[in-house]
Amino acid sequence: MSALYINGESFPLPEDPRTTLLDFLHQNLSMFGTKKGCDHGQCGACTVIVDGRRMNACLLLAFQLKGKQITTIEGIGEADDLHPLQQAFIDKDAFQCGYCTSGQLCSGVALLNELKEREPSIVSTQQDATPREDISERMSGNLCRCGAYPNIVEAIEQVIVMEGEK
Amino acid sequence: MTPFTVQSLKNTKDVSGLKFNSKSRYLAGGTNLVDLMKHQIETPVTLVDLSEWQGADEITKEDGGFRIGAMVTNTELANFAYSEPSLSLLSQALLSGATVQLRNRATTGGNLLQRTRCYYFYDTAKACNKREPGSGCSAMTGMNRIHAILGTSERCIATHPSDMAVALMAVNATVEVRTQQGETSNIPLRNFYCMPGETPELENVLQRGDLITSVFIPEKKRGTQHYHKVRDRASYAFALVSVAAGMVLEEGIIRSLELSFGGVGTIPWHPQKAIDVLQGSAASDEVLNQAIDAELADAETFGSNDFKPELLRRVFLSVMHSLADRQHKQPGHEGALYDNQ
Repeated sequence: MSALYINGESFPLPEDPRTTLLDFLHQNLSMFGTKKGCDHGQCGACTVIVDGRRMNACLLLAFQLKGKQITTIEGIGEADDLHPLQQAFIDKDAFQCGYCTSGQLCSGVALLNELKEREPSIVSTQQDATPREDISERMSGNLCRCGAYPNIVEAIEQVIVMEGEK
Repeated sequence: MTPFTVQSLKNTKDVSGLKFNSKSRYLAGGTNLVDLMKHQIETPVTLVDLSEWQGADEITKEDGGFRIGAMVTNTELANFAYSEPSLSLLSQALLSGATVQLRNRATTGGNLLQRTRCYYFYDTAKACNKREPGSGCSAMTGMNRIHAILGTSERCIATHPSDMAVALMAVNATVEVRTQQGETSNIPLRNFYCMPGETPELENVLQRGDLITSVFIPEKKRGTQHYHKVRDRASYAFALVSVAAGMVLEEGIIRSLELSFGGVGTIPWHPQKAIDVLQGSAASDEVLNQAIDAELADAETFGSNDFKPELLRRVFLSVMHSLADRQHKQPGHEGALYDNQ
């Protein structure tokens, strides 16, 4: 059977090949944590993690994801056991309306891993760039209409510092 | 999206067996095509899915250069190029484009074939010769801040949006193509794109059913390299002007030069006239200005983009001065202008 895996659980691929992963989550699985913002890959509200890499779910046709392991916001932390980045978003007041937050969190979780792997960004490769400037560049695919950017960057920085101290 | 059926390509040799017609499209990462299908600018009846294509996602070192599989993602290619000092220019260009989310999905072959971001191409209520041949060009008298000044025609002034392709132009990459007849051809990227002329809907020399299988980048010393992209916001925007340059300077003379421009041409722009002036010359202000004058002699502006010739000149001079400085201070330097050394 052709299946994809969402937060560890197997689901059959949708019958209509036009179904994006984002619509599949909403319409077939009633998983609404992943948000639809622009639906054109411009805002990042629908960011999910596919085989360890963050991507825009609105631009992924689900039929192409056979065998892929997908992590959505529902697969990051539990209500009584938050991911460190979720806790940092609360500590730093990193959201207002919250609509972009699930995308910001999925993007941020993947970012933490990219930093561990020492993957470059256009800012990290330049002299005199601060860690905050680097985080801003790496998070530029996630828009926040409330303008919570400074606090989002602070939250991510807090986790980076925390993990560095372990 | 209009309904479509799906075929799957597993091996390069199967290209010949595909039923490919004018309403068929290859689907790689889909970051551009799926969006165009949502806008109903692309309405394919058949998609050939490339996600299970064996062996197309590898980067291999060959005699004389590097072969990049068509399905290698922009992230994988940027990371690889970052580790190779002679490919720094390519890494910088890739990392200057799009977002991490898009680069994780977008592929090398797909990036070369992405469509313009001209507002009027996307707005199906407006005239666009590229989208609907013969309908007119709304950009010509409209908002054309992001539009081209080189290689334009009366039919179209849209730019090619890719950063990666600009760097690949500079490093003289070759595109390997598999045809429906089962043949393999190698097309220099500098001969790959078509300027709009009378037929802006034809953007490259590929024939129906041709599939890009890989890109070959020749290995050579490229000296100090820099991709400078100027845009309307600090990240995640297409270039207003970009300059890709790599230079080896020996005793003040330009011995090796890679140069291309983005955001100014209807295709990723290879400035042969400027290069002819620069090659083997001293990197003096006078020569640099002569070079950019030669290239800009053919430039035409359309109102909202009147600033582009001067912006291109300034970015070009700034990049070339920086590269020359680095080569003076550190003869034989190979890699990024800013490589923290």
